[in-house]
Formats: sequence, C-alpha cells, structure tokens
Amino acid sequence: MNILVLIKQTFDTEEKIVIQNGKISEDGVEFIINPYDEYAIEEAIRIKEEQGANVTVLTVGPARAENALRTALAMGADQAIQIETEDEELDEYSIAKLIAAAVKDKAFDLILGGYMAIDSGSGQVAVRAAEELGIPHVSAVTKLSWKGSKATVERDVEGDVEIVEVNLPFLATTQQGLNEPRYPSLPGLMKAKKKPLERVAVADLGLAQEELEAKTEIREQFLPAKKQGGKILSGELAQQVSELVQLLRHEAKVV
Amino acid sequence: MSNKVLVMAESREGKIRHVTFEALSAAQQLSGGGEVAAALLGNHSEDHVRELGKYGASKVYVLDQPELSVYTADAYTQALCQLLEHEQANVVLMGHTAIGRDVAPRIAGRMGMGLISDCVNVAVEAGEILFTRLIYSGKAFQKKTFKHGRIFATLRPNNFPVAEKPVDAQTVRFEPVIKDLRTVVRETVRKAVGGVDLSEAKIIVSGGRGVKSADGFKLLQELADVLCGAVGASRGACDAGYCDYSLQIGQTGKVVTPDLYIACGISGAIQHLAGMSNSKVIVAVNKDPDAPIFQVADYGIVGDLFEVIPLLTQEFKKYLAANE
Repeated sequence: MNILVLIKQTFDTEEKIVIQNGKISEDGVEFIINPYDEYAIEEAIRIKEEQGANVTVLTVGPARAENALRTALAMGADQAIQIETEDEELDEYSIAKLIAAAVKDKAFDLILGGYMAIDSGSGQVAVRAAEELGIPHVSAVTKLSWKGSKATVERDVEGDVEIVEVNLPFLATTQQGLNEPRYPSLPGLMKAKKKPLERVAVADLGLAQEELEAKTEIREQFLPAKKQGGKILSGELAQQVSELVQLLRHEAKVV
Repeated sequence: MSNKVLVMAESREGKIRHVTFEALSAAQQLSGGGEVAAALLGNHSEDHVRELGKYGASKVYVLDQPELSVYTADAYTQALCQLLEHEQANVVLMGHTAIGRDVAPRIAGRMGMGLISDCVNVAVEAGEILFTRLIYSGKAFQKKTFKHGRIFATLRPNNFPVAEKPVDAQTVRFEPVIKDLRTVVRETVRKAVGGVDLSEAKIIVSGGRGVKSADGFKLLQELADVLCGAVGASRGACDAGYCDYSLQIGQTGKVVTPDLYIACGISGAIQHLAGMSNSKVIVAVNKDPDAPIFQVADYGIVGDLFEVIPLLTQEFKKYLAANE
C-alpha cells in the first residue's frame, strides 16, 4: 500500500503566545509535529509494519518545517516531501491546491492527516485536499481496520461512534484515541538523516495565479483580555458552597 | 449593502439544533434586509419549517430524498453544492458541529470557495464582514475576512445571540441529483454520556487527576445532571483512564466556551487552560491553593473536591427546587 501522511509543524503546546506588531512571534519558540498529525504518522507506520506499505510524509511550510519531516522519518516513514514556502498569506484553499498539485500523479492508496491543527484550528486542509484529488474522506477517525481494499472506520461524532465502510483510495483525518504515537528511536533518528527528502518550490507546481491566491485574509490577531483576579471563598465549607451558589445566581447570573 | 444568506439547518433526534437558530440570527444581522433562506436536509416536519421561520428564514428549501436521511459527506456535498448553484446566496452559514466541520471544507473545495471555520463572533465593520475565531486553542484570537468570492463560515455553537424575527416561511422543494456515494454508514453507537454534548453544553463540570478514579467522575456527573450540563476532563484524567478521550478539553482535545465551567481537581496546565479559559464564568475547586487554575477562575474554593462537590450538588438541588 502506498500511504501519504499530511503533517504540519506547530508551536509546542507549552508555548505562550506573544504578539508583536500584530503578528504571532516565533522568537525562541519550540516547534513540534501537530499532535493530531502524530496519530496519522503512527497509523501509517503500523499499517506498514502489519501488512507492508511505503509511507511518504508531506508538509507545506517554511525551512524550519524540515525538522517535523525528519522526526516523522525517524518514527518510520520512508520519504518526505516539503513544499517550501514562507508565504504567510496562503489560506486553506491555496494550501490544499498546493498539496493536490504535488501528489496528483503519485497514486496514493491512503492519505492520512490530523483532524485539525492545534494552531489555526480550522480543520480544512486535509478534507479540501481529498476533494481536489477526487477521493472520499472520513474524518475524526478513532479506529481503522482492513479487509483487502475495504476499510471499516470508526469515527468520533460528538462523543458517539459512527461506523463507516469505504474503499481505497480515501483520505482519513485522525482523532485522539486512534493510537499511541511512538517516540523516534535513536537508530531511527540516525537513519532519518539519510532518508530522501524532496523539496518542491511553489513555482514548480504549475498552478495558476488564482489558485495560489488566498480567498480569505487575517485582519487582526490579539490576546484574550486578562482576567481580573478571581474571588477565593473562605469560611466553613458548607457556607462557602452556599455562597458560591448565590454568587453564580446573582452576580455571575449563569444558573 | 444587502446580502442573500443561506443557512444549513441541522436537526438531531428530531429537533432543530440550537446552533441553527444562532446561525439564522447571525444571518439576519448580515443580510442587511436581503433574503434569509434555510436548507433542511433529510427528514423534517412542518413544525421544523415554522421554527426556522420564527428566526427569520423566509424560504426553507426542503431536501428529503432517502439518500439524505443519514448524513454522509458525499450526499450532503452533492445536495448543498447543487443548492448553492441554484440559490446564488452570497453568504452561507452553518454550525461548526460534527456535520459542519466534515462537510463545509468539502463544499468549499468543490465550489472553489474560501471558508472561515469555527467562528465565535461576526461583525460588519466599514462594510466588511469580519469573523472572529480562536487560534492556538484559545490562547489568542484572530479576525478574518474574505478577499474573493462567496462568504462561507461555520459557527461555533453557543456563541451567537439568538434573536426571533417571525416570518411566514415558504417551503420550497429542491431535488438534487445524488449519485456515486462512496461511503456507507453501517451503524452509530451512542456513547455520549448524560445526553448533553460537550460542544453545546452551557454548563460543564470538568475533572482532572484529582478526581482519582472513574467512580470519582460519577460525583461530577451527578452535579452536571442537576445543572443540565455535561462532564468534561483534563488530559491527565483521560490518560489515567478515568474517562473517555471524547471528554478531553484542552489543546489536544475540545476547546469549549460554556457559560459556566466548574474545574474539579484540575491543576490548570497551559494546555488545559487553552481549551477552557474563554468560558464566561470559571469556578475552580482544588486542594492546592497555588494551582494555576485559580489564576483564571472567577470563583475558587480551596478544598477537597470529594467534600465540596456533593455539597454543591445538594445546594444546587435545593436552590433549583426552590426556584422552580
């Protein structure tokens, strides 16, 4: 099986957000693979180990995103593609066009990608890529099982589980609960340095100008208003509890 | 400037979901006097049409082919894209629900449209429609707008004010051509606890490692039941196996914005705070007075949750009974 995994490099979840001149600052920030994409990489490697497969990882991003690809290679992916761009104005529409243009001739049987990225949180690119490539998608997948070229997929639907059948080729977005991603091993990290990584320039993808042009744009980015210091209650516990109920009712007016 | 707005209505267990009324209310705001229409896919009743009219939908497209009775991305995409070709609305809204987040990017892709997803606010400033959304799981916000083409957005449930604007909704049957469906839904297994979905709950009672066991979560469920709320959890509690990952709130779980968030035995790691700190009112119950959760809490009780929560449940029961 020929598997493609779409990944994104994101801020470490520990990072605080700093805004400078209206932009999110990357100074001193640690980067990781988007946690939802780790489930996708892990699932691809498990399929490879269980039934044999060739696993390609792909990202769209600036030079630093190579680290995310190397980590995925160290986990066990076979090769990587980086569509290199520093363009911050690309949106989900244009990024999906780039991905589709880069892989349309490669005949992947299965495409996996995280259910959303923890930075932009929009959850669009993978599904849009499936549409561009003319294959079905199944989103928020928590279990994948196989019978030949037919997959039975469990997906998370607001806490319920929906069981869906679909034939290859298709795209699945991976949700927490699918698997427990491995850490790259030391030998894995050594091998990753030598695995093939193909760099693709946006200009080489043969897209028309209007396909590269974002449909949406960011006007402003800002931090949430700082909270006023809260009220820590005191006194007898029973008294605190009844005071809390009164406060929620009359001051906060939420019950 | 007036806009023609189309809202994809959504129902669950025979009832129109609240987020549909939120979307219709936002649609009134954006229409500037233009037509507001709704699309009702799958099984429906006359009551549904009337209800949509109550919130300003003057036209309700009814698409009730058997292929649309159970949601699939393929069938809904085909149906809604054909409706969009026919209707020519320049603003399209739907809820950021399991269906909205699954189908909206697919429709946007097929129609070559931009999409701003998971919006928590919308405003018209200097003739431009600006959508506000959370980024970095709530650590920051952004405002986005459209440069080209139709305006298409999914709205996060429970964030938009609902305004009635009763009109007589006209029913229009629309029959799209639906073919070549590639996915088959075999079964839906109900797992959601307590019947109130986390993403739509107005009140969430959430537990962390301090809850200590799956049994401990029963105390939280009792409080949630009294308040008609839902139970959530921190990653720590999910990792420890006290509850299902579908309940996880935080940067790698759900991002929630309820009216009231009661954090029990949650220390408040930055990843958890990201997922809940935009709740309107936060209550923290924790034994450790230095727990970071108190920094985002509006009200805090320093104490043992196993004593506090049952007392709180009793107190709310008494209070709600007295104010029935």
